[in-house]
Amino acid sequence: MSSILDSKSPEGLLADKWQNFKANEKLVNPANKRKFKVIVVGTGLAGASAAATLAELGYQVDAFTFHDSPRRAHSIAAQGGINAAKNYRGDGDSVNRLFYDTIKGGDFRSRESNVHRLAEVSVNIIDQMVAQGVPFAREYGGMLDNRSFGGAQVSRTFYARGQTGQQLLLGAYQQLARQVGQGGVRLFNRSELVDVVVIEGRAAGVVVRDLMTGELSSHSAHAVVLATGGYGNAFFLSTNAMACNVTAAWRAHKRGAFFANPCYTQIHPTCIPQSDDFQSKLTLMSESLRNDGRVWVPEVAGDNREPHLIPEDERDYYLERLYPSFGNLAPRDISSRAAKRAVDAGQGVGLKQNGVYLDFSEAIGRLGRDTVAERYGNLFDMYERITGENPYDVPMRIYPASHYTMGGLWVDYELMTTIPGLYAAGEANFSDHGANRLGASALMQGLSDGYFVLPYTISNYLSEWLNKSVPDTSHPEFAKVENEARDRYNRFASVGGTRSPDWFHRELGKIIWDYCGMERTEAGLEKALGEIPALYEEFKKDLRVTGGTDGLNQTLEKAGRVEDFFELGMLMCRDALDRKESCGGHFRAEYQTEEGEALRDDDNFAHVAAWENTGDPMAPNRHVEDLVYEEVHFQTRSYK
Amino acid sequence: MTNTLKNLTLKVWRQDGPNTSGSFETHTIEEITDEASFLEMIDILNERLIEDDKEAIVFDHDCREGICGTCSLMINGQAHGPERGTATCQLHMRKFSSGDTIVIEPWRASAFPIIRDLMVDRSSFDRIVEAGGYITAATGGAPDANLIPVPKPVSDAAMDAAQCIGCGACVAACPNGAANLFTAAKITHLNLLPQGQAERYSRAEDMVETMDSFFGSCTNHGECEAACPKEISIDVIALMNADYRKAKVQNRKQLSRT
Repeated sequence: MSSILDSKSPEGLLADKWQNFKANEKLVNPANKRKFKVIVVGTGLAGASAAATLAELGYQVDAFTFHDSPRRAHSIAAQGGINAAKNYRGDGDSVNRLFYDTIKGGDFRSRESNVHRLAEVSVNIIDQMVAQGVPFAREYGGMLDNRSFGGAQVSRTFYARGQTGQQLLLGAYQQLARQVGQGGVRLFNRSELVDVVVIEGRAAGVVVRDLMTGELSSHSAHAVVLATGGYGNAFFLSTNAMACNVTAAWRAHKRGAFFANPCYTQIHPTCIPQSDDFQSKLTLMSESLRNDGRVWVPEVAGDNREPHLIPEDERDYYLERLYPSFGNLAPRDISSRAAKRAVDAGQGVGLKQNGVYLDFSEAIGRLGRDTVAERYGNLFDMYERITGENPYDVPMRIYPASHYTMGGLWVDYELMTTIPGLYAAGEANFSDHGANRLGASALMQGLSDGYFVLPYTISNYLSEWLNKSVPDTSHPEFAKVENEARDRYNRFASVGGTRSPDWFHRELGKIIWDYCGMERTEAGLEKALGEIPALYEEFKKDLRVTGGTDGLNQTLEKAGRVEDFFELGMLMCRDALDRKESCGGHFRAEYQTEEGEALRDDDNFAHVAAWENTGDPMAPNRHVEDLVYEEVHFQTRSYK
Repeated sequence: MTNTLKNLTLKVWRQDGPNTSGSFETHTIEEITDEASFLEMIDILNERLIEDDKEAIVFDHDCREGICGTCSLMINGQAHGPERGTATCQLHMRKFSSGDTIVIEPWRASAFPIIRDLMVDRSSFDRIVEAGGYITAATGGAPDANLIPVPKPVSDAAMDAAQCIGCGACVAACPNGAANLFTAAKITHLNLLPQGQAERYSRAEDMVETMDSFFGSCTNHGECEAACPKEISIDVIALMNADYRKAKVQNRKQLSRT
């Protein structure tokens, strides 16, 4: 049973759609706004900006975060910058160009109307963040500085040293804090969403667990916004923070929200390779390093001489060899796969032979040590702190790692999921990046959704509920969902097996990484779809959670998150199996050009796959949203 | 290259809740590679505790790249341990030697009550920001970003202060449990910028007074600067004090006008 989904994109020319929407949407009168309550889950860029803006408009807002403070959200770790079509350089940038670059970067798998809106509001974001005091880099004349990022042909990236995500998140957090201080937002910290409550087909509220006391509580509202981030930790090892998880989105999915394109995951090429089996996370090194570093591996597999003992003619500078015009700056997915091929062929370097060299000796010779230090000093220090090796003397070792997920809850133009009244914002939704996200666009999308899209679109829904009663927490459905959550946690605590949640997470991550990581094949995905359910059965029988369900128990919290990754993992593999083409971050070995590049199938797969939960994680229903391109024409990416 | 550390003795603070008394629990780490991070060592210990059917040690941590500010820990009496300018999550075992005894405690400060084991409640920091650590700028009304030029030295100095990750090491290191470095870093960030001028003195007054309601007083020991993983300079406290003093005069003058 599959259907074709309606994106509800407004009428009119592409460039007019957002204006037309705003001109025709239903509004809520200022005096009536206080009659509505909105729940916002997650306080990263999207959640904090949405909560602050909705409260400012006059809605009652309850904001939930599982962190001790909203400022801890993982948006804080973004390094590079934020794109905006300001054209402050006069180098030919425009809303149209940012729109087109985003569509092309997404390998023609994103929705035109959403992406155009994103490019339009990008300029407002910069104005807004500067007004809030974000200390973006400046030139000596006092104007904002820009840089080019991720292979873009224009300089449209605004940045605050290597900590742009931190400064933007603190900006949004401070606006949220202002509302909390003034009573506009009620903040619930250390509170984790454990389920979404749906009554008569619409979102009625949430059930949360107080992580300090273990107590479950129900919260009702007119609308619920999930801004709970991506699911990159399904791979166990990723650049995500330790606590990042899919639970909120997955619980919504199990209650009826469709999950779109779960196989679109982004692998970042320049991370520090794993050093040990118990390693908990990988650290990203900014991609800017590839501007001056040269990537190479020994020509002969298993050559374990020290790097400086390997002569030039026994090194393979494979990116420069394969992609002469882009060389070491080849896009993320292409350089990631090339590194994997080298390591798989036994040419990997380091003790575990799991990395490739990123060598600065040529740059140090050309520019001098001081210039290199000026450009990359802080990154070199970070690398040395983690690995104990000094990159001025020894080449860095890098390897790709999971970094961002383009897939997420399916949303229409108004960011509403398939459950009326339930919205998804930021990385939690699937909306803007297609099959691959451009560098410096994640921050842009989070803030766009939270500051400039949701506050407009939500009134279109809420206005229908003016002076009508909605179910409160005394409705029996809330008690039922609370009981189901309680049973679930009791179940984890009472399995009495032998393995910790972390052990299962690590094993699950290995399967997903091996078969649904950088390169996927039909046989591999079939294999994963056999191994994941088998491991899941073991999880149900052999899990051990010490400590009870009352009170603070980090092991119990982890068990719930890992269980949701199991079901998501199955859906990721299913989606990757059914998408019989390669596009962006989804590379199926069977579908490649003679040169080994992604081979799209626009006739059969120019659509969004949105999955409906059927209760059986191995047999979900696939729905599609056809991607209709009015403005752009399909092109093949080439970086030769 | 990789070395293995042997026979580490960990003395870890265990405490069931805010109102119970705690004690040190001793664990031995027979072997660990010096490539491991300090928190990975605790991860491994926790796995072992679960295997032995014991409860894992509770501690706060998240990004593990030194930017979210969630991790804490007094390590051998030093906030974030022995490496300067480094948060606990970025500390690696190569900073220790075989046979070491390592004492691990939660942040020490009465304004950060212990929740359990090594986890403390730092929400008093949020209260300080809520009191004025922002620029009031309603969404949608902002002028073009290049309308107000900000001289580069000013922007750089604001950024130096804005780097604070809100971890609380400054408070934990301070003999008085003062939060002056944290509060001053935010005040300096916003009060230096042209956008922050309209609320400059109300911000200074409100934030300082909220800070004083939770934390101890600064007596210029400078321990905060030494412990700060972002190496924020104690100079910011001078700016805060100057602005607070001016605020007391300015704000009073305004009161007498009404």
